[in-house]
Amino acid sequence: MSSIAADGLDVRVSTFSQVQTVAKYSFQNYFRARRFYAMLVIVALIGGLLTFAFAYFRPAGIVQGPALGFYGAGWGSFVTLIAILSAALFGGDAISSEFQNRTGYFLVPNPVRRSAIYVGKWIAALAASVIILVLYAGIVLLNGLYYFPGNVPVQFGESIVFAFVFIVAALAFMFAFSALFKSAAISIMMGVILLLIVFNVIDTVATVLAKIEPWYSITYADGIIANVLMNPFPAHFTPASGKFGIPTYVATIPEGLTIMAVYFVVTAIVGLWLFEKKEFTS
Amino acid sequence: MAEPSLEATGLTKSYGTFTAVSNLNLKIEGRKCVGFLGPNGAGKTTTMKMFTGLISPTQGRALVNGVDVRADKKKALASCATLIETPEIYPALTPRSALMMLSELRGVPKEERMKRIDEALGKVKMQEWEDKKVGSFSKGMKQRVNVASTLLSDPAVIILDEPSTGLDPRGMSEVRDIVKSLGNRLVFMSSHLLGEVTDVCEEVAMIDHGKLLVYDSIDNVTAKFAGDGGAAEIGFSRDADDSVVARVSKLDGLEKAVRTDPRHVTVRFKGGLPTQERLFSQLAGMNVGVVSFRETSTGLEDAYLKLIKETL
Repeated sequence: MSSIAADGLDVRVSTFSQVQTVAKYSFQNYFRARRFYAMLVIVALIGGLLTFAFAYFRPAGIVQGPALGFYGAGWGSFVTLIAILSAALFGGDAISSEFQNRTGYFLVPNPVRRSAIYVGKWIAALAASVIILVLYAGIVLLNGLYYFPGNVPVQFGESIVFAFVFIVAALAFMFAFSALFKSAAISIMMGVILLLIVFNVIDTVATVLAKIEPWYSITYADGIIANVLMNPFPAHFTPASGKFGIPTYVATIPEGLTIMAVYFVVTAIVGLWLFEKKEFTS
Repeated sequence: MAEPSLEATGLTKSYGTFTAVSNLNLKIEGRKCVGFLGPNGAGKTTTMKMFTGLISPTQGRALVNGVDVRADKKKALASCATLIETPEIYPALTPRSALMMLSELRGVPKEERMKRIDEALGKVKMQEWEDKKVGSFSKGMKQRVNVASTLLSDPAVIILDEPSTGLDPRGMSEVRDIVKSLGNRLVFMSSHLLGEVTDVCEEVAMIDHGKLLVYDSIDNVTAKFAGDGGAAEIGFSRDADDSVVARVSKLDGLEKAVRTDPRHVTVRFKGGLPTQERLFSQLAGMNVGVVSFRETSTGLEDAYLKLIKETL
């Protein structure tokens, strides 16, 4: 350690505690910012509309059928969208904004490794996203308990865990994009477009035209979040039937979890590397 | 205990074919203030960014307290506070929470954090705003918080890149006083304000086109490069008509006299302080309503203009 440490300064502050510090204050920044409340409003709107639709239309196949079907419709249909929006809003500009908004000039020129800043911000984004997911899960659960008192399928819990794994991977993916670009708007847009549109198009094209399983796609993997709420779990492969039929692939649970884990590891490494190399030149 | 130091050895930064900093060799050691001067695009900020880990050198090394910033930024900056350009603070944080974050990151002991933050905010006159969101602050207010951030951890080295940018005249004066009060440490400060550098620094390093031109004490640089020329603005209590300007322009040692407005005449003279003293005395004796005599060029300014001109 440097021999020039000023009096009273603990220069042995650990990287782990610096990660905690960055996470704590980044989370505070999220928690006090408009986007967090915007996301809460989105979840409240989706939850409110679902609650209203179930109560007003009382669809027989959902509110009178097996509980699993209810959770499939209420949770499985929207959780991926909510997870992607959370990842985009909390992670899409987490790193690019350090460059574009010049907040990096406040944080980076300190005795802290860039990796500690990156990981701390990722943890803060994960915490904010988990709050959003938990809120939505709570809305679905309350509805579920109203229509199916005392009957919460174990698959709902599994689906929540898979959604958590997905948000972990999606945030790592978003952070990597955020580290790639210096424009916050571009990094958010690119991430959202890729996760909501491009990957799905590629999945479909690969399945229909090339007839190959889209094992490389995170949006293929996230299918397990909704599919685990189906009984029985869909077949891994369904061949095309008839002249205009198309084959379908469905990720198995181990396959989906593996793909998401690989996405997390690879994009985390790429994003960290990009952030370490990127220069504050503007 | 070793003296605080900043050292650049063969420090070079290139962007494609453009070289922003070229083979910079500079060693600053001791507890003093060193001004870092140069025109826009000279490489001042690029150099400071390499000392603070915001960018990496293409070649060479930037060392803070003997530690290579690129090899171990955490160790190199352990006792170094920085203010590069005009940083933005997370808009949803308050000055107190932003400074608390830096205190924690920099390892300020827990029991001292509040006291140091109070002191730092007091020095920059921001106590009144300490619990308001930074997002609503003006550029000058944010810069005050940034200045406060450099005072938190009692660092041995402080790197300041144009710290008075965005501040009003009072703010600039206050920052100057703060820098002056930072005794017993090494302050490396870039500025376009030569008066500011003369006021607060003992030494000066000048850079242009990415190359170091000179590093020495201000007195030595002035003596070596400034020459004996000078300029001053004379103020009158009533309009100075042509006859007054003509009489002034005939004074001994004067090169030029130009009326800049009805009550002000700017003069250029040669001969250094002796001429300046004589001029002042003669003007007072002319009985033409002279009420002020203000030196408008300093020795450092003359040296700066001479050195920078010679590199073009």
